[in-house]
Amino acid sequence: MSDLAWIDAALTAARPQAVGALLRYFRDLDLAEEAFQDACLRALRSWPQKGPPRDAAAWLIMVGRNAAIDQVRRRSRQEALPDEDAISDLDDVETPLAERLDGADYRDDVLRLLFICCHPDLPATQQIALALRIVSGLSVKEIARAFLVGEAAMEQRITRAKARIAAAGTPFETPGPVERAERLAAVAAMIYLVFNEGYSAGATEQADKAALPIEAMRLARLLLRIYPAEPEIMGLLALMLLQQSRAAARFDAAGGIILLDDQDRGLWDRRMIAEGLALIDKAIRHRRRGPYQVQAAIAAMHARAPRPEDTDWAHIDDLYAALEQLAPSPVVTLNRAVAVAKVRGPEAALAMIEPLGERLAGYFHYFGLKGSLLMQLGRGAEARGAFGQAIALATTAAQAAHIRQHLDQLEKERAAQK
Amino acid sequence: MLYAFLCYNNEDAVFSWSKEEDEAVMSALSQVHKPLEEAGRFGPAVRLMPTTAATTLRKTSDPPLVLDGPYAETKEQLLGFYVIECDDLEAALDVAKSLAKANPGGAYEVRPLRLFLPGSLAAGAT
Repeated sequence: MSDLAWIDAALTAARPQAVGALLRYFRDLDLAEEAFQDACLRALRSWPQKGPPRDAAAWLIMVGRNAAIDQVRRRSRQEALPDEDAISDLDDVETPLAERLDGADYRDDVLRLLFICCHPDLPATQQIALALRIVSGLSVKEIARAFLVGEAAMEQRITRAKARIAAAGTPFETPGPVERAERLAAVAAMIYLVFNEGYSAGATEQADKAALPIEAMRLARLLLRIYPAEPEIMGLLALMLLQQSRAAARFDAAGGIILLDDQDRGLWDRRMIAEGLALIDKAIRHRRRGPYQVQAAIAAMHARAPRPEDTDWAHIDDLYAALEQLAPSPVVTLNRAVAVAKVRGPEAALAMIEPLGERLAGYFHYFGLKGSLLMQLGRGAEARGAFGQAIALATTAAQAAHIRQHLDQLEKERAAQK
Repeated sequence: MLYAFLCYNNEDAVFSWSKEEDEAVMSALSQVHKPLEEAGRFGPAVRLMPTTAATTLRKTSDPPLVLDGPYAETKEQLLGFYVIECDDLEAALDVAKSLAKANPGGAYEVRPLRLFLPGSLAAGAT
């Protein structure tokens, strides 16, 4: 790896901590981002000659802060001081930086930075875009590509989202334990959104969105490093690792979906699986079960099975039952029905999902599963109806193609019967 | 004399490497390993999972306290180690310099071994 690539990686790694600290100093997101940008430019000039500093984040915070202070002073000569708050922390410039970077401050800085992206007023897509821009430092162009929209449109979306969080006000007070737990939960949900935005994409969009799952796992690792004893964060990271471990096996060469049972398990990433399983082991010791841990445990059941027929579906059914208790949702019940079909047969599974029809009337996977259960029961006409609705609701070409395969098979079976 | 090479690096950066970047570093490192292996100087070498996978048992209390995370919070993290035979410190530092060229960033702590038990594990067992 070249020096430049290494510096780039170091800058990206230091970004959440550095921007988080600069945000605390300046209480203004744009100013904090600008200061970080300035510091990065200086790093690119100075690090190749002098070598990278021992603590990249501290270097960037100090340099960024000084650069921004200079700029605020320069501006203040031309116009009245913009806002007392904007420079509230500048009195104690002399305070040794190392001291200010210690433990708790730093953790709260990073959490705050992540948390402001999760404002409940912001729709999910904007939360994701903001986190990728502010925390991960992806360019607007990269984010636009991941969302399949134009750069200008994405720029506008991010600007609007920023205006919204600025209006809502950033919580700068040190959070109490309850607030901290709430922030952690909101941030975990946002990180999983980032992951799924990439993971749930079809094969054709996959290339553009490939950065998102990686970014989400990076953020979860960061979060777990600052909150090392949170079993749900361990669960979240484990869940993402176990899902992502199958990335290379999920699509065929033509971009078609390959279902879990049909995937070449040799293509699963064993390193990711090993790390995911290690994290689940750690989480279990805390005996504080949560939805991410249970979902990770379900993913682990698949990862542990050398062949599809080795899968312990009865245990998976139990885990889904636990998940229904912890985080009830029709989608969870729908997923449980897949396990139920394996353990108790398609009839039992069908009975389980029938009551969900109304709430999942717009959900592709509901009709996909319903169709395939009906097909297994030999109820071809009804299966065709369900598959038809699934195709109408498909959001990726791969989803539609997958259902069409079922319809073709039904057609063949019907022709054979004649 | 046997030396341990403790590999410290910024795990945020290392675990964000793409598959290609990771493979490039590993292949550059294997070029450094090769002559050492051929000379019979190359001992066990490991790469560790990130510190988020670590658990620490503190022996200062009874029963011992089990804590999540690594023993020490450091700016750069212990991410692996080598055991390599070198004539003296100069030779060991030369090895460290070659390793550093293949894998920039971070630091190697070079420390002589006091005891070495080769163990009974086969290579590749994880």
